[in-house]
Amino acid sequence: MSEIERHSYDVVVVGAGGAGLRAAIAAHDAGARTAIVCKSLLGKAHTVMAEGGIAAAMGNVWPEDNWQVHFRDTMRGGKMLNNWRMAQLHAQEAPERVWELESWGALFDRTPDGKISQRDFGGHRYARLAHVGDRTGLEMIRTLQQRAVALGIDVFMECTITRLLKDGDRIAGAFGYWRESGRFIVFEAPSVVLATGGIGKSFKVTSNSWEYTGDGHAMAMLAGAPLINMEFVQFHPTGMLWPPSVRGILVTESVRGDGGVLRNAEGRRFMFDYISDYFKAETADTEEEADRWYDDHINNRRPPELLPRDEVARAINAEVKAGRGTPHGGVYLDIASRRSPEFIKKRLPSMYHQFKELADVDITKEPMEIAPTCHYVMGGVEVDADSAMSKVPGLFAAGEVAGGMHGANRLGGNSLSDLLVFGKRAGEYAAAHAAGLAVRPRIDEADVAQAEAEALAPFARDGGENPYSLHRDLQETMHNLVGIIRVAEEMERALERIAEYRERLEKVSVEGNRQYNPGWHLALDLRNMLIVSESIARAALERKESRGGHTRDDYPSTDPEWGKRNVCCRWDGDHVTVYQQPLPEMPDELKKLFEEH
Amino acid sequence: MTTQSRVPSIPAPAAPRTGRRAPVRGRTLRTDRWWAQPAVTVAVLTSFVVYSTWAAFVDRDYFWEPYLSPFYSPCLATRCGLVPGSQGAPHVGIFGSWWIISPAIIILIVPLGFRLTCYYYRKAYYRSFWLSPPACAVAEPHRRYTGETRFPLILQNVHRYFFYLGFLLNIVLSYDAVIAFRDHQGRWGHAGLGTLVLVLNALLLWAYTLSCHSCRGIVGGRLNHFSRHPVRYRLWTWVSRWNRYHGQIAWVSLVWVALADLYVRLVAAGWITDVRFF
Amino acid sequence: MGYDLKLRVWRGDENGGGLVDFTVPVEEGEVVLDAIHRLQATQAHDLAVRWNCKAGKCGSCSAEINGRPRLMCMTRLSLFDPAEPVTVTPLRTFPVIRDLVTDVSFNYEKAKTVPPFTPPEGLALGEYRMAQVDVERSQEFRKCIECFLCQNVCHVIRDHEENKQHFAGPRFFIRYAELDMHPLDTLDRKRQLRDEHGLGLCNITKCCTEVCPEGIKITDNAIIPMKERVVDTRYDPLTRFIRRFRSPEQPRRPAPERQGQTAADS
Ligand SMILES: Cc1cc2nc3c(=O)[nH]c(=O)nc-3n(C[C@H](O)[C@H](O)[C@H](O)COP(=O)(O)OP(=O)(O)OC[C@H]3O[C@@H](n4cnc5c(N)ncnc54)[C@H](O)[C@@H]3O)c2cc1C
Ligand code: SF4
Ligand code: SF4
Ligand code: FES
Ligand code: FES
Repeated sequence: MSEIERHSYDVVVVGAGGAGLRAAIAAHDAGARTAIVCKSLLGKAHTVMAEGGIAAAMGNVWPEDNWQVHFRDTMRGGKMLNNWRMAQLHAQEAPERVWELESWGALFDRTPDGKISQRDFGGHRYARLAHVGDRTGLEMIRTLQQRAVALGIDVFMECTITRLLKDGDRIAGAFGYWRESGRFIVFEAPSVVLATGGIGKSFKVTSNSWEYTGDGHAMAMLAGAPLINMEFVQFHPTGMLWPPSVRGILVTESVRGDGGVLRNAEGRRFMFDYISDYFKAETADTEEEADRWYDDHINNRRPPELLPRDEVARAINAEVKAGRGTPHGGVYLDIASRRSPEFIKKRLPSMYHQFKELADVDITKEPMEIAPTCHYVMGGVEVDADSAMSKVPGLFAAGEVAGGMHGANRLGGNSLSDLLVFGKRAGEYAAAHAAGLAVRPRIDEADVAQAEAEALAPFARDGGENPYSLHRDLQETMHNLVGIIRVAEEMERALERIAEYRERLEKVSVEGNRQYNPGWHLALDLRNMLIVSESIARAALERKESRGGHTRDDYPSTDPEWGKRNVCCRWDGDHVTVYQQPLPEMPDELKKLFEEH
Repeated sequence: MTTQSRVPSIPAPAAPRTGRRAPVRGRTLRTDRWWAQPAVTVAVLTSFVVYSTWAAFVDRDYFWEPYLSPFYSPCLATRCGLVPGSQGAPHVGIFGSWWIISPAIIILIVPLGFRLTCYYYRKAYYRSFWLSPPACAVAEPHRRYTGETRFPLILQNVHRYFFYLGFLLNIVLSYDAVIAFRDHQGRWGHAGLGTLVLVLNALLLWAYTLSCHSCRGIVGGRLNHFSRHPVRYRLWTWVSRWNRYHGQIAWVSLVWVALADLYVRLVAAGWITDVRFF
Repeated sequence: MGYDLKLRVWRGDENGGGLVDFTVPVEEGEVVLDAIHRLQATQAHDLAVRWNCKAGKCGSCSAEINGRPRLMCMTRLSLFDPAEPVTVTPLRTFPVIRDLVTDVSFNYEKAKTVPPFTPPEGLALGEYRMAQVDVERSQEFRKCIECFLCQNVCHVIRDHEENKQHFAGPRFFIRYAELDMHPLDTLDRKRQLRDEHGLGLCNITKCCTEVCPEGIKITDNAIIPMKERVVDTRYDPLTRFIRRFRSPEQPRRPAPERQGQTAADS
């Protein structure tokens, strides 16, 4: 057997998006020997695609804003299913994390008095999102990347982790392969931080890239850490729709935040018809009031287009079902008739470009055609709110891969701030965990050999199915049977199919050699996608109500009893099992925040 | 491995690379007419150089009251006015009678140096004459390349001084355009086709000079806090707006200055008569 | 309306390779990356290609299409004559790994050598004040998605491998410009820019600007202004003289010399 490349660190961070980079910086600052491992090149992680902004109650535009309001918005957006402690830490610490970016060179758009400008987004009571045009994620990842490079943190790019390694019940390291050469690599580390992002590639129409195969979710499960809230998958209301090649690509919520409205094929601003009781008190019920709100937040209520994403996505779905959709099965998002071309080009430059170049649509003149797209998973590794540690000692999770923070639905802009807040916490606590150990855990060589055999298995088979067709079938199934609107019978069918796919995966074979072979890489990622898909389907089947990012046709209403419980997923060695767990109780002084309104 | 073997062998990981580039053959795979632009540049620039060299050296036919060819303005030698087709040309006799060749040579150093070190022309001639590179993603033929780091090309850094001189020269040429509103007897209120030509020439040269990259830096580009220098910020924005078209303006003003000389020359030599508007 | 696209893709690695012809069905509105993906899913499963966002945001899918450096995900097929083959080759300036994937580590190594942003001492978090007009120029450069197309097209290194050592390339010239124009930065990096990163090697022929998918005016707004700023502090006796009497807008100290390279990953 060939000699495997080995490295030893105190903290290994898997993922170089916002969460991973922030965690690595924090671990490094805490004195830990730190490495970052990522599947793509540095700076290409999903975070780069985020457009709208970073939610943080800095109060630069509306001095009335503070962490309590942000906390309350987050909890209400998450349909009160959030881990209250995470939501609290998030709201409290986000401003400082944003200012930190500024001290590392980030250049946000400014207010007239020179502070960081903030913009409106769905579900946020005040203009709260720090932004740079519509390329905030790029600014964030570049800043963190440049900081990590300046600190001299080791980065292993285009290196995929496939297994977490343990010593007894503790984390001992991670196993992976270099994409470039197909060579294996073992990291020996007492602390591993998962920051691998989301799962969107299991769905057909998604705003997510090939990286979003749920590796972190699946590896955590395989290592014995349970997942939480997996039934909550966010479908972003506005994805591109036409031509088919661009289907799913995100249209940022800032379009609505900056004045864009949704219309059906009849030209009606239909969102006024879909204001649920829950948000009635704070949502405008006439177009006039809605339009006044952009300039005067205090005396007017917000336009219904800026309701949380789950509400808007469901409304679009209903309009299309009722036959009031566009020719390609979506609705119109119109900013052309409401803002000047200069304003649009200044505030939404990449949207302008994206439509111009990919769809031949000039958004300063015509409306955009949009439909919901799979965007974000609220569910993830169950972690301790303060330390971001999972149920497995030494295994941490931050960012999209961690669960709990966003409850049943995430507000726009709350992800980027989540990455920063909990990335930092995960890094710090991971460093402390490593430093606090009397003996370093040891890697079991048998585990390494097993991981190696698992990774090479697709080469050992001949003439089997190719991974691309299996992937396509899975995406089709998830899209059709576990999509925006769910029913028990369809989900059961999905689970049957997923079981079949697992058998088919056993037979998948790949051609070519080990050097930069995407077919092989996909074959390995499929294991993770199947585990994640099964988790989503089982958790969704378990939750017999509709709430946030989980809508059931057979249980259309929200049930207060279910509001006290989380659904968790565990890997039992062969398949996913689900169980329920009570939601942590919110302390009284926080509860008060909800009574005042 | 035998050919019948049905169990595939598991491939070994790839060997370390040595860092070679992909052996793609050919200077370029571009399929468009990438050579067209450098070819046009060569043609136009060469014609201009040939014409202007001739016009500068012939030393005659550059003044016809009140029009003075831009190539000969300001006229810095006492020779001015003594050669055919220059009677009455205004001059500043810095260079005495010992200066026996064309006086244009003296002053043309300024526009020549200005244009030669101009950031735009540099691009144009590096690409078309030097083929460095002939077009984007088309390999250049040179074996070594040191850019503008060595003598003589390091001298391109003097560009701003030529800008200062060019600026002064423009004042003179504008003066020429203004006095072209006088008639043969020196009375104001005349205008002919020549006046128009010279006025346009002055305007184009101002557009060229003020859209210069060095100018952009001098008026405000070198500041880091625009907010503390509102006037210079205004100027900078204004220059920046024009700077975007610096390349186009460079061409138009180049051609126009040659046409202006030609017009004056034809009138002074009596080949055509000036069209008088009023 | 769909048609059968003739696609010629460079396949191979550093030991050899060549253009391989394929025929791929394509649909209306598709981009080159769609065709490559279809090829991968149906005919050449192990075709190596980098991509992430498929929306021109991450800068992963750089390649040369009919000899021109471009993002595959932003190159519409409608740009080409359906009768003519479309040729896709890897970036020429960097070592090839396999097929369309090249080793762009040159850029990551250069990134390590640019002295980072350094704010004034004693400025507390949240106390930063910058006017929008003062950050706008640097913001343009921060639009860079690091696709490295500009690095690839720049003849200084494309045609002269030996220049790689002392030339950082347009991507990093905009980084220097961004920092030099940053209203709160306190370092002067012009010596590094000129002496170690080869600003003088650039002959402002603007190919970087031509290929930049973000439309950053690299040459006009970064390289030329930086050349002018280097002249200010280094060549122009007049500005140097004036500077002696007028304190600059904001004091900047020379960026420290680099200590030994930070350990790269092995
Ligand atoms: C189009 C779009 C727009 C968005 N806009 C916004 C917005 O405006 N505001 C907001 O708050 N949120 C937004 N989001 C959501 C937000 O961007 C993401 O949730 C967030 O960036 C996730 O960050 P992360 O650090 O968790 O993971 P990522 O940034 O996705 O990084 C994941 C990292 O993990 C690595 N990785 C994954 N698997 C492995 C493995 N097996 N081995 C090694 N490395 C691995 C990847 O290479 C990558 O580096 C948007 C998302 C999308 C898709
Ligand atoms: S302008 Fe300079 S940096 Fe840009 S491609 Fe040309 S030589 Fe390279
Ligand atoms: S400057 Fe433009 S071309 Fe160069 S790397 Fe950045 S985005 Fe790409
Ligand atoms: S005159 Fe062209 S740049 Fe100065
Ligand atoms: S895939 Fe991200 S830029 Fe093309």
